[in-house]
Amino acid sequence: MSESPKDSTTEPEAESGRDTETESENGSRPDDVVIAVEGVQVDFDGRAVLKGVNLEVRRGETLVILGGSGSGKSTLLRTLVGVNTPTEGKVRLLGKDMYGSTEEERNALRKRFGILFQSGALYNSMTVGENIALLLREHTELDEDIIALMVKMKLELVGLRDFEDLMPSQISGGMKKRVGLARALALDPEVMFYDEPGAGLDPITMGVIDKLINDLSKKLSVTSVVVTHEMGSAFHIADRMVMLYDGRIVANGPPSEFRDAEDPLVRQFVNGEPDGPIPLRRFKVDYEEDLLA
Amino acid sequence: MPMSKALGGVGAWILGLTEYTGGLTRLFFESLWWMTVGPLKGKGKIRVVETIHQSHRVSIRSFWIVSMVIFFVGMILAFQMAYVLQQLGVVSYVANITGVAMVREMGPLLVGVVMTGFTGAAIAAEIGTMVVSEEVMALRTSALNPIRFLVVPRVLASMLLMPFVTLIATYIGIFGGFCVAYLFLGMETEKFIDRTIDALTFKDLVACLLKAEAFGALVALIACYEGLSVTGGAEGVGRATTNSVVRSIVAIILCDLVFTAIFFFLL
Repeated sequence: MSESPKDSTTEPEAESGRDTETESENGSRPDDVVIAVEGVQVDFDGRAVLKGVNLEVRRGETLVILGGSGSGKSTLLRTLVGVNTPTEGKVRLLGKDMYGSTEEERNALRKRFGILFQSGALYNSMTVGENIALLLREHTELDEDIIALMVKMKLELVGLRDFEDLMPSQISGGMKKRVGLARALALDPEVMFYDEPGAGLDPITMGVIDKLINDLSKKLSVTSVVVTHEMGSAFHIADRMVMLYDGRIVANGPPSEFRDAEDPLVRQFVNGEPDGPIPLRRFKVDYEEDLLA
Repeated sequence: MPMSKALGGVGAWILGLTEYTGGLTRLFFESLWWMTVGPLKGKGKIRVVETIHQSHRVSIRSFWIVSMVIFFVGMILAFQMAYVLQQLGVVSYVANITGVAMVREMGPLLVGVVMTGFTGAAIAAEIGTMVVSEEVMALRTSALNPIRFLVVPRVLASMLLMPFVTLIATYIGIFGGFCVAYLFLGMETEKFIDRTIDALTFKDLVACLLKAEAFGALVALIACYEGLSVTGGAEGVGRATTNSVVRSIVAIILCDLVFTAIFFFLL
């Protein structure tokens, strides 16, 4: 399962070979590929943050992207949703080339997926209910009474039906995140992206969100991509996991393979070991050299 | 070496200025598109409720501060002019000068500058905070164009209401001048009004309203542009707010110079 950073970029055949295996195991067809990332490289100020990432996500699958801070996982998520134009490579989402299409085509695509942002990203000038109703008002022709009904249904999903008339500033961080989830689900998306869904939440709320992710995937076949470093949650929801390290995918496989990983990189991350190949400190100059200089 | 460094610095400054002006122009035309062609083509309606909400900020909420500043400036102007005119024995010309100065120059300029601090800074901070808290990204990834959603209501409100606010403020400024003339220079009300009306032409009023319209657009556009360009956290928002105020004031004064020159030479 595990591969060296070099493997993930220079041997796409190896990765596609693994994908074929997954394909036959799941019995899925190539047209079931909802997200296809091909050789994506993203540079910021001349510094490569993603270094040739190849990835496929199939319909109904929950893919968890793991990685430490600065590994490039948030950049990858932003590239997948169309806000970070890659320097090289392609992103295909629901069969459409995300960065090779017009703004209009991209907008049509955006109505088919939802995102749960790390902070919830609620519109602070609107009430909780208006936050959810906004997308329905803007992108559908539904009557106001139907929209009101749908808002209640979406809020019931996250257990916040009584909070419809409150402003985002009047609710807690965890609640904001749940409202953010309800808003992301407003248009019944085919694909959901979650950016650190468990960050800053209490264990119960985290459990509720994990259950929702699982329900959406299993009952409604919603494809999910979850960026997280909460290992407990990751094992609970993942059908497949990938680990990013230094802008490359270094491991790709089912959760069981991550749990019993022999690759020292994966083992260190999964078990949260302070010592291992992933350094805590990253400096260009050696400590002794720096002090003596 | 220092020469080449200095030239490099000037080059970088010109490049930055060109880039900034280009970005601002693009934002203006995109906003204009979303105000006119976009709604007609069914790409998305103008957010009327939000525009009314923003108009409230440009007009009612800013009214007292604008009125106070311009009233006092009107008084100062009358005192300063009276000082010179008394020596020449034509103190009644205070009315002419206050009227012309207020309508042609001080009214639009002062309202523009006060709006920069009152409305512009608030818009830059508001949109900047929305960028930092990922709200703008949430809009974009929900197929909601941030220009239609955030910029158009603010620019439209500012462009629609600035001429009215300026017109009222100009009257208040002239009233400030009148107070000085009446209370301290012994000038009669009718004489003041007659002289003010005689001194003003239709062209002055057009200049006043055109300037107000342009300044209104500039204040809102620069504030939105700065807000949308925020990077980093709270520090970035602070920087955007300061930049918005400083750059708006410079832009307003430059624009004022261009308008004044055009009216002086051509009309």
